Amino acid sequence: MSQMKEEPVSASSTIEHAVRVEMKRQPLPPRERLEQVFDIQDLTAIYGSKPALKNVSMQAYKNLVTAVIGPSGCGKSTFIRCLNRMNDLVPSFRQTGTIRYHGQDIAAKDVDPVAVRRMIGMVFQRANPFPKSIHDNVAWGLKVLGMKDNLSERVERALTQAALWDEVKDRLKASALSLSGGQQQRLCIARAIAVEPDVVLMDEPASALDPIATQAIEQLLHELKTEYSFVIVTHNMQQAARVADMTAFFSISRGEEGERWGELIEYDATEKIFTAPSDKRTEDYVTGRFG
Amino acid sequence: MRTGDLSVLQRPNDRLRRRRVANRGMELLAWLAAAVAVFFLGVVVWSVAQRGASQLSFDFLTKPQQASGGFGPLNVKQGLANAFAGSFVIVGLATAMALPFGILIAIYVNEFASRLVRSAVGLTLDVLNGVPAIVIGFFVFGLIVVAHGQSAYAGAFALAVIMLPLVARSTIEVLALVPDSLREAALAVGAPRWRTTLGIVLPQTIGGVLTGATLAVARVAGETAPLLFTSSLVATGTHWNPSQALQTVPVAIFELSDSADPADHARAWAAALVLILFILFASLGARWLATRSRRKIARAAG
Repeated sequence: MSQMKEEPVSASSTIEHAVRVEMKRQPLPPRERLEQVFDIQDLTAIYGSKPALKNVSMQAYKNLVTAVIGPSGCGKSTFIRCLNRMNDLVPSFRQTGTIRYHGQDIAAKDVDPVAVRRMIGMVFQRANPFPKSIHDNVAWGLKVLGMKDNLSERVERALTQAALWDEVKDRLKASALSLSGGQQQRLCIARAIAVEPDVVLMDEPASALDPIATQAIEQLLHELKTEYSFVIVTHNMQQAARVADMTAFFSISRGEEGERWGELIEYDATEKIFTAPSDKRTEDYVTGRFG
Repeated sequence: MRTGDLSVLQRPNDRLRRRRVANRGMELLAWLAAAVAVFFLGVVVWSVAQRGASQLSFDFLTKPQQASGGFGPLNVKQGLANAFAGSFVIVGLATAMALPFGILIAIYVNEFASRLVRSAVGLTLDVLNGVPAIVIGFFVFGLIVVAHGQSAYAGAFALAVIMLPLVARSTIEVLALVPDSLREAALAVGAPRWRTTLGIVLPQTIGGVLTGATLAVARVAGETAPLLFTSSLVATGTHWNPSQALQTVPVAIFELSDSADPADHARAWAAALVLILFILFASLGARWLATRSRRKIARAAG
């Protein structure tokens, strides 16, 4: 990630520049007028006996990109994996608090995680295409969910939305593993949106990609957010500034006995977080004095 | 890093020399260990081939054994076709029993069970794997043979008990090699666990499962003790019906080697050679299947 490590001063000015460019697009309506997708209250996540995240309360809104930024180990990934019950796979994982998704608490025991994940898709840090053909990568989820009508049109639509169609339309039967890293990640995005989820979670989707592939994916977010809501974890502040409408800053808190956990420090419109943060810790982080 | 004094590259000092000697020594020991293993395998194969090859013929493979005790017509060509047929039936049945069970056990243990259950089942499989074959033979004797008499079914059941931990263990190992990121990818599109397991995880392991199954087949193809209890009192002639006791290659070797007739000894060696060749080709076939399926997965036709 060397291209992202810049001098603190230039980093902050780049961010401000990115924010200003970004702000030309559209002003955010007041938060009360936005439709909530997630309403998270007092979320605490624990691995074994170690809390990874304490008392997070925030909202995510429909058709917006919500970014989660913060230093390594602040619980960003844990947080986003709570939103589609991905942490269920970790045996020692427990969580408290509520995560209301359109009003329904998806953290509750009686909620079927499979149904949750059907509505809330996910793109991971490392591209993880199935070792199948390009076509089957997108089609597998459709088949599993019984969306078999117009299969090839659905596949084409998803690949087009993920800006990959033109590059792969002549070799849909080729293995997905023959694609480049950036193409694989866009394939994973196509796979996620093919099943028409409501929300797409992205856990550092561009952290293993070169700047051009990164740009392609950020462009996608802009285009796709009219149809989907996004929550994206990133440790790249410029990226958050470029793509996000709302930004949450997480940081690491330390207890008296040296224990560490992640905490939500500040959550606001991206412009506010990067230009006029209300918490000193946020300011230190976004200006590059910390992290 | 400073690169000031590079002369050290040209002038090996004592410590470097000592390291090099130690390195060579270890390399040599490792090479010797490998050579010893290959040597003994070579000796076994060579001695079996030397004693048995002369008996190998088309008749040996296609004609059945004659009745023992010298009542058979003299100078009639005889072979071990009955034993080959019986081994084929019994090992085939055993594989058909053990393979699905073993794979299901492995899927349960690796994909669904809690950590506690996982280690408990793992321990059970190891213990089962450690039970001497003769004990398993005796167990099946008490379970089936006492009530229903000897049969190929009973023999196959005994061999399946031996195969089960081998198949399950090797499948657990290959399942554990499938990265969790693939499972997460499948679950994240809203697929249930069983679809994820059957559609994404299991196809990744076909090569490993086949290799494990072949090793298990190779192991039980040579098992004698459990078959003495369960499928050794056989009628003359070549039979395929598994509800009666069938002659098998290892039991035939055991009986022939006990015979007074030197020709029978030679036949035993030849049968051993056939067994070894079968295991060799089965292993090669498994490897071929494994690479083929892996390439197929990589090319992702399915």
